[in-house]
Amino acid sequence: MTLIVFYGLAATAVTAAILVVLMSRVVYSALALIVCFGATAGLFFQLGAQFIAAVQVIVYAGAIMVLFLFVIMLLDPASEVFLPSRLKRVPVFALACAVLFTLVLLEAADRWAAAQVFTDSIAGTERSSGPGGEIETLAHSLFRDYLLPFEVTSILILVAVLGAVVLTRQHHETE
Amino acid sequence: MVDITHYLVLSTIVFSIGVVGVLTRRNVIIILMSIELMLNSVNLNLVAFSDQLQDPSGQVFAIFVITVAAAEAAVGLGIIIALFRNKETVNVDEIDLMRG
Repeated sequence: MTLIVFYGLAATAVTAAILVVLMSRVVYSALALIVCFGATAGLFFQLGAQFIAAVQVIVYAGAIMVLFLFVIMLLDPASEVFLPSRLKRVPVFALACAVLFTLVLLEAADRWAAAQVFTDSIAGTERSSGPGGEIETLAHSLFRDYLLPFEVTSILILVAVLGAVVLTRQHHETE
Repeated sequence: MVDITHYLVLSTIVFSIGVVGVLTRRNVIIILMSIELMLNSVNLNLVAFSDQLQDPSGQVFAIFVITVAAAEAAVGLGIIIALFRNKETVNVDEIDLMRG
């Protein structure tokens, strides 16, 4: 069961990655990249890294890809002329998304069932990958052992934001 | 339980596809997306080993990689917009501003 879900997610990720490289249109590449990130989020979930899976969906598939799509929208409007060919590929992506969601849900149901059985059989013993336990150990590691790198990351983000603002700002002629 | 080699093989395949994308495509936006693909496959490796060794450090580093990827995307796309404003192109073959 777990292996079937793994192979499904892996096949989706590899296919989407190939599409990212092969698609002639940038927008299709971006959409395929979102599918690839979604499949990877499913794999993280399978590995018991629920928090990373959530961050993957929110930050990668959400924020970063929206940024990409905005830039594509701003820079590449001229190549968006073939409406029929665009409509032809919509079912493909819809199918890919449907398969992906089915796999993720199957895995979630499997995990949930396994957790139920586990808590029924062994009550009282500690296990890090139980519900909530994984995120707790991650938080302990992140905010205790890696507190300094975590804080330095905020400076990195600040620098990146300032850099993006400076780079994209319209330069006015002030002479 | 899926063996860790499965994840390593998958990560390798995705990373290779990302490398091919960086090397073969001429559109700078697709090159940036291929780099994201490579970072993503590295994350998969980190989390797989974190699960294998039962050590949360791998996941912490995956979070750092995601953060750096977000910063890189912001700055990279800013550079692309500035380039497009100056050169009216996103083709890397036509971008030779630093040629001596």
